[in-house]
Amino acid sequence: MPMETVFSVKPFLAVLVSLIAIPCIISSRSQNIRESWTFVAAAIKLALVLSMLPLVLNGGVVEYTLCQVFPNLGIAFRVDAFGMLFALVASSLWIVTSIYSIGYMRALDEHSQTRYFCFFAVALSATIGVAFSANLLTMYLFYEMLSLATYPLVTHHQDKEARSSGRKYLLYILGGSIGFALPAMLITYHFTGTLDFSGHGVMAGHVTSGTALVLSLMFLFGFAKVGIMPMHSWLPAAMVAPTPVSALLHAVAVVKVGAFSVVRVFTGIVGTGVLAEYNINLIVCVIASFTVIVASMIALSQDELKRRLAFSTIGQLSYIILGVALLSESGMTGGMLHIAMHAFGKITLFFCAGAIFCATGIKYISKMKGIGRRMPITMTAFLIGSLSVVGLPPCGGFISKWYLVLGTIEAGQIAFLFVLLSSSFLNAAYFFPVFYNAFFCSPEEMLFEDKVNEAPVWCVVPLVITAGISVVLFFYPQPFLNLAKLAVQNILGG
Amino acid sequence: MTHHLPALIIVIPLLAALVTAGSGWINQKAPFRIAVAALFLAFICAVLMLIQVVTTGIAMEYRMAGWAGPMGIVYIIDHLSALVLVVITAVSTLNLVAQKKNIVSEFKDKEGAFNALYVLFTAGLIGMTATGDAFNLYVLLEIVSLSGYALIGLGNTRAPLATLNYLFLGTIGATFYLLGVGYLYIATGTLNMADLATIIPQNMESGVILFAFIICLTGLFVKMAMFPVHGWLPDAYSQATSVSAGLIAPLTTKVTVYIMIRICMTVFTPEYTFGHLDISGFIVLLAIVTIVFGSLSALAQKNVKRMLTYIIIAEVGYMVGGFFLGNRLGISGAILHIINDAAMTLALFLAAGIFIWKTGGESRSDLKGLFAKMPFTMAGFVLAALSVVGVPPTCGFFSKWYLISGGIQAGNYLFVAALIFSSLVNAVLFFRLFEIAYFEPFSEGQSHGGSSHGNHYSSGVFAIQEAPLDMLIPFLIAAMTLIVLGLYSGTIVTNIIQFAIPTGVI
Repeated sequence: MPMETVFSVKPFLAVLVSLIAIPCIISSRSQNIRESWTFVAAAIKLALVLSMLPLVLNGGVVEYTLCQVFPNLGIAFRVDAFGMLFALVASSLWIVTSIYSIGYMRALDEHSQTRYFCFFAVALSATIGVAFSANLLTMYLFYEMLSLATYPLVTHHQDKEARSSGRKYLLYILGGSIGFALPAMLITYHFTGTLDFSGHGVMAGHVTSGTALVLSLMFLFGFAKVGIMPMHSWLPAAMVAPTPVSALLHAVAVVKVGAFSVVRVFTGIVGTGVLAEYNINLIVCVIASFTVIVASMIALSQDELKRRLAFSTIGQLSYIILGVALLSESGMTGGMLHIAMHAFGKITLFFCAGAIFCATGIKYISKMKGIGRRMPITMTAFLIGSLSVVGLPPCGGFISKWYLVLGTIEAGQIAFLFVLLSSSFLNAAYFFPVFYNAFFCSPEEMLFEDKVNEAPVWCVVPLVITAGISVVLFFYPQPFLNLAKLAVQNILGG
Repeated sequence: MTHHLPALIIVIPLLAALVTAGSGWINQKAPFRIAVAALFLAFICAVLMLIQVVTTGIAMEYRMAGWAGPMGIVYIIDHLSALVLVVITAVSTLNLVAQKKNIVSEFKDKEGAFNALYVLFTAGLIGMTATGDAFNLYVLLEIVSLSGYALIGLGNTRAPLATLNYLFLGTIGATFYLLGVGYLYIATGTLNMADLATIIPQNMESGVILFAFIICLTGLFVKMAMFPVHGWLPDAYSQATSVSAGLIAPLTTKVTVYIMIRICMTVFTPEYTFGHLDISGFIVLLAIVTIVFGSLSALAQKNVKRMLTYIIIAEVGYMVGGFFLGNRLGISGAILHIINDAAMTLALFLAAGIFIWKTGGESRSDLKGLFAKMPFTMAGFVLAALSVVGVPPTCGFFSKWYLISGGIQAGNYLFVAALIFSSLVNAVLFFRLFEIAYFEPFSEGQSHGGSSHGNHYSSGVFAIQEAPLDMLIPFLIAAMTLIVLGLYSGTIVTNIIQFAIPTGVI
């Protein structure tokens, strides 16, 4: 089937729309007007993304070139199945997070809310930009834009703790991208003469095995947002941010941009052929597996809920890398699908953590005994989110994990099957005690009075929505599943 | 009319300098107005010439007073010099307009003298760039130096000492250059650059020419503050007044790099510089040391302006190193960086000028709380800083791209590493400032549930104290230029810089 290519300004508009909203957000006269601009921008963004969905589902691509900065390399956009999958997740969750942000920020009466919403909008622009990039240069541009736009969000509290976390954040993220990813990109350009993402990669025939290995690892560690160990410790530090930031950015946008970038580079630049030929994929699998297991074990020992979630995220991100690096059809499908499934599950968990903090001021798991009686809706959503992240039915996470497990068998790598299964076991071990303590504890242990008292409604509605979507995705995974399958077909097929 | 442009661009500012000096006696505001008008006219001349050179593709040659070269002095406007002329005139005009308030406060009753020096300095730079005569270049170099000493000497109480230091080293540098030109004259009997370029390739083995080359280059290295002859620059630039620093810091080193490129490519020809001589490796190594040294020294500074001056030294290393890589990518990067670095440095020094004007201090701790007080100024400053770090789509990223690509092509990974290292150090330098401006002063209750601070809608306290608009707008124009230059860097390289490099260079 020949691919249909449409030239349209839509991808660029989808990136631009939240940037255009910023002057409106700054100049608004009241809080409510300001927040409605955020919603207008978010709705237009989602509509623009959705308007391109049918075409992409039929195997078409949308292209737009903004300007040509180097010979045969410019700032250009290209919407394909994989990019669409990620953009769909990010733009739909932005709306939900905006609702949640309003509830959370107003309930805690945070300062500088205008700045907060502005940088949130910039971050979303950058995320969509990464998703729709046609080449590595454009992706790098938006990747850096995201790093910088999230810095004021991470350090929103402007206290000493925020400052030291912010330092760590920049050290890893900027240090990685300038120190590793940038030179790797330039060396790739030198050898291949192009940085366009293509189905089979561009490195084949241009590099030796050693160069390919070094470049692949430079990309893997350089895009530090993916949190592969040892480039992971910025993520727990970044949990100092307000919870909506942790939710959207450190469960969905930022970390998934890292995973997305690595997958894009491995498939579109390095190429599956080169990865397989020089056995680079196995090395990557081992590194990712190590991260999966170790991160899960560290998560077990964390008492602060957001930190536990952070380490869980580190582990789950490496699932994506592991799945794609298996290079089998199901494995890659599972890896890509996990971007969407994990996003909905994890954002629910973060929303719950924030709702608990909002309603009670509690951050530590050991102090949450019996909280289920007080916040039953929140804790039920927490259960659904955990089920999804652990990978149990009836939640979306089961589907992606199913494909991942199939992928290990298809690739004939049984060792990684055990990695996945033991990690799922560990996931259950660190999530279920939270839930168990919340509901099942003796009256003496109970730390809360037996009266329902939930967080503000603006906080509760979003987490119900995302928990609901997590369940729905188990029964109707089609949009994401089809996109992932299409993307894999483009990479592995003819 | 258009064929007189090469003369007009230097005659207008020279005459204006004369008029400006006197006009201060009649009207206090006149010197500033005349200076701005003259520089703006020069800018228009430069733009017109650039358009003409790019559209026709032929260099403009102007014979001063009708005397043909090699006897008379000719001015040559080719792709390279037209581009640099636009940069010089634009930076000079914008800086003067932006710092009007600083001139009034720093040079009370000396406006006439100051504006005259300012215009004279710019005229000298214009002449250096446009001239096609090696000796005439020396004359203009001295005009620039002398007016530069005066401009810097007008700074704070320690400025005269720094100027003296600068004067000693600057004179040595200029004398070295003059000596080199003398030897060239002995060996070839001509001072015309085009003429020299035809004679030198026939005498590649000549020891006199080799000596002339080395001594010229040494003189220029002193003038552009390469390691280890950089000592004069930080003192001189950081003691100067805001407005002088905003003119001298972006332009002097950059124009000197241009002169180096001109001498190496037009006078001595690339075959001689890169092919015949075996010194490129050594100079790139020197450039690497300059980059690393400049970056590390910048880390040690508490004074913002001083920190910026060390960054300038590192950037000189970028350009010299990139040029002496000897390949097309590296040289393109060096030339592109002349433009970009001039724009970045201008934006940084304008920001420094605003900080000093608003806070009265220039140490790091004076930046406290500025993100809240001056959000627009800080936004521009962040943009300029990101350009120095090399974050796309600002222009600094693109010149760094060419420089690094050139390093990779030449197989000089040490140079690549130095550039990456310097980018990382720059990130540390600027984020250290941002941290102070963003986090400090720490106040209690700003974090969780800080109801006393609330948000600015309910409390109504949102103390923005922005810089005055006539400082802010030119500064923001300078900052936005960084993005425009970045996005159009492809156009600049393919339409202008491409033709500035001899076809022999691959």
